[in-house]
Amino acid sequence: MSEATLTVGFIGNPNCGKTTLFNAYTGAKLKVANWPGVTVEKKEGAMRFHDETFKLVDLPGIYSLTCYSMEEILSREFILSDEVNVIVDVADASNLERNLYLTLQLIELGKPVVLALNMMDIVSERGMEIDIHRLPEMLGIPVVPVSARKKTGLEILMHAVAHHKERNDAPEGHHHQTVSHHRHDHHKNIAMVYSDEIEDLIDILEGRLRAYAPDIKNPRWHAIKFLENDEEIIKKFPIQTDDIIKKDYEKEIINQKYDFIEEIIDEVLVGKAKKAALTDKADHFLTHPIWGIPIFLGIMAIVFLLTFMIGDWISGWFEASIGWFGDAVRYGLNTLDVSDVLISLICDGIIAGVGGILTFLPNIFILFLALAFLEDSGYMSRVAYVMDGIMGKMGLSGRAFIPMLLGFGCSVPAVMSARTLENMHDRIRTIIVTPFMSCSARLPIYVLFSKMFFGKFAMPAAFSMYVIGLAVAIIISLIIGKTDKHKNTNCLLIELPEYKSPNAHTIAIYVWEKVKDYLTKAGTTIFIASIILWIVLNFGLHGMTTNVSESFAAMIGRVAAPLLVPVGLGFWQIVVALIAGISAKEVVVSSFSVLFGIANINSPEGSAAFASQLGMMGFGSLNAYALMVFCLLYIPCLATLATIRKETNSWKWMFFSVIFQLGVAWIVTFIIYQLGSLFLG
Amino acid sequence: MTLADGTIGDMYTVVDIQTDTNIERRLEALGLIRGTKIQLLGRKRSGTSIFYVRGTRLAVGQKIACGIEVTGGDDHE
Repeated sequence: MSEATLTVGFIGNPNCGKTTLFNAYTGAKLKVANWPGVTVEKKEGAMRFHDETFKLVDLPGIYSLTCYSMEEILSREFILSDEVNVIVDVADASNLERNLYLTLQLIELGKPVVLALNMMDIVSERGMEIDIHRLPEMLGIPVVPVSARKKTGLEILMHAVAHHKERNDAPEGHHHQTVSHHRHDHHKNIAMVYSDEIEDLIDILEGRLRAYAPDIKNPRWHAIKFLENDEEIIKKFPIQTDDIIKKDYEKEIINQKYDFIEEIIDEVLVGKAKKAALTDKADHFLTHPIWGIPIFLGIMAIVFLLTFMIGDWISGWFEASIGWFGDAVRYGLNTLDVSDVLISLICDGIIAGVGGILTFLPNIFILFLALAFLEDSGYMSRVAYVMDGIMGKMGLSGRAFIPMLLGFGCSVPAVMSARTLENMHDRIRTIIVTPFMSCSARLPIYVLFSKMFFGKFAMPAAFSMYVIGLAVAIIISLIIGKTDKHKNTNCLLIELPEYKSPNAHTIAIYVWEKVKDYLTKAGTTIFIASIILWIVLNFGLHGMTTNVSESFAAMIGRVAAPLLVPVGLGFWQIVVALIAGISAKEVVVSSFSVLFGIANINSPEGSAAFASQLGMMGFGSLNAYALMVFCLLYIPCLATLATIRKETNSWKWMFFSVIFQLGVAWIVTFIIYQLGSLFLG
Repeated sequence: MTLADGTIGDMYTVVDIQTDTNIERRLEALGLIRGTKIQLLGRKRSGTSIFYVRGTRLAVGQKIACGIEVTGGDDHE
């Protein structure tokens, strides 16, 4: 088969090292997309093997092939289609018993399957042995021991794949059978043979299926699905069954499969596995009923410190470089005698805007590095367990804690990390709520206004913002929980894998993916938006203007100001600053500098001048507090919006969060301002 | 008795599983069926538990733990 490319599908349980193995073959040359129409990831890569090119597809990590989740349906559809030639079933050899369940289901699908026994190094470390010769005899498929970590067995595996593409039936040999008085002996080359009662029904169903659809591939598998009451298949093949199928055979079929698996394990696994003592010892502390949470918070504090201290340090360097770059470009363009408008567009608009998101990059990089480390080691699943109780009370999954915690630093990685939530509803709910956590970009706003208006209460005033943000997030989450018709019981069910030392290659690829994501998608949106904002701030009815009070932004400000009077912010300059703040929250402070003509607004003299100008406008402490609250809650910054759009794969949710947060900001600020006016007279 | 009433460290045998169908399917795929032997590894006051099934460590929420009927207890492996 040298004309057509051989397509190999990789499938296996979560945590079996499938992705590490896949990456070992494809390297970083990955194409990551979504399966058509859904938000399930599809990874494709290619590799050269001898003289051929193989196309490799990484299927989702699943435990079985039923019709109950999108991942499962997609995987089995893909396997049954003509798109794939051979399946590599990656199994965790140190956990063979459970992994074999998927293997038996895969074999039943009828496509060529090669079992890759991964993590063989762990098997020998634990003093276990697997009979590599008996296992393929019992299963009827090739079995290749590999270690993705140590990179052994990789060639042999591909060799087996290349040579197995033709074979479909198991060789005659051992197969599982309960005591059989079966008339037929055509089950000789099927590994998993069920009880007579079931096999008889399968025979009849196969006949009817062939009559209905003569081209049907693998009628046996379809017949078994009928006995399991598989809705998808039953809908596809409307044949008569109620005369012979009198009950649901699903549990029996599962039971018999596991009987076979126990038989296999008894024969093939030598040396009863000593439970990994190390993992248990670690879990004793990490999942301790009392110490689990403090330990987790401690670890997150370290992650935070690394991300925002080291990240900010590198960011500062980035910012300086970008500033330097901007100056150099400006100088160059000036010498080239380029028009002022163009210079401003390029330097004040594009470079400033795009440069803004580049300064996030070190934080994002370090953050995802730390998270990848924790995820790959196996610790993240423990987090879900430890935080489950608290998050449950808020109507969220335990895994939602991390995105919300990250939101205190920056919403962009926080929204991105919501991807670890498997349930789409949870994910969206978390994404909606996370931006309410007061991010670090808002801090300059609090610092400036608290110092100006609250004197010795400056610290508590600023701190209260964080509390309000958290409170709003919790309340919103609870409300969504109560009104969400999709009342999923959302009970925790998660595997806690053995701890392992994180794999550098896996982490590198993972972090690179995230960074690339961020740069391309968030970057393009911000690029366009920076231009728009620049236009709105620098152009007025008479063309380009340096007096910002004549710009379009100011016009919009004057129109919108009345709307903000009830919340104490009815001043056009405030509105303009808020609009500018959509690009990035830090811009609010610099906008005030421009709007009020104050250089160095953070210095004592600068802020004094600012305070007096505001005072003359009728803007006092209550207004200042209202401004802080409004900034806390209103529209997320552009980078966050772009990330929301990317993570939810829809514009709808992005616009929703704009309007939703604007609404919440207005309502909460209204309440605070009006109550404040009542009490303070 | 249910798993939520178990003692940490003890071995149990599954008698019945009473949970949402979706959850039941996932548990079955993981090998938790009638007759399976499991060992309770940890539990929080709320009932959220961690147990060992066919070589896998599984953490389940309170609702699921209360839905797994077991017999046994006493002997440690």
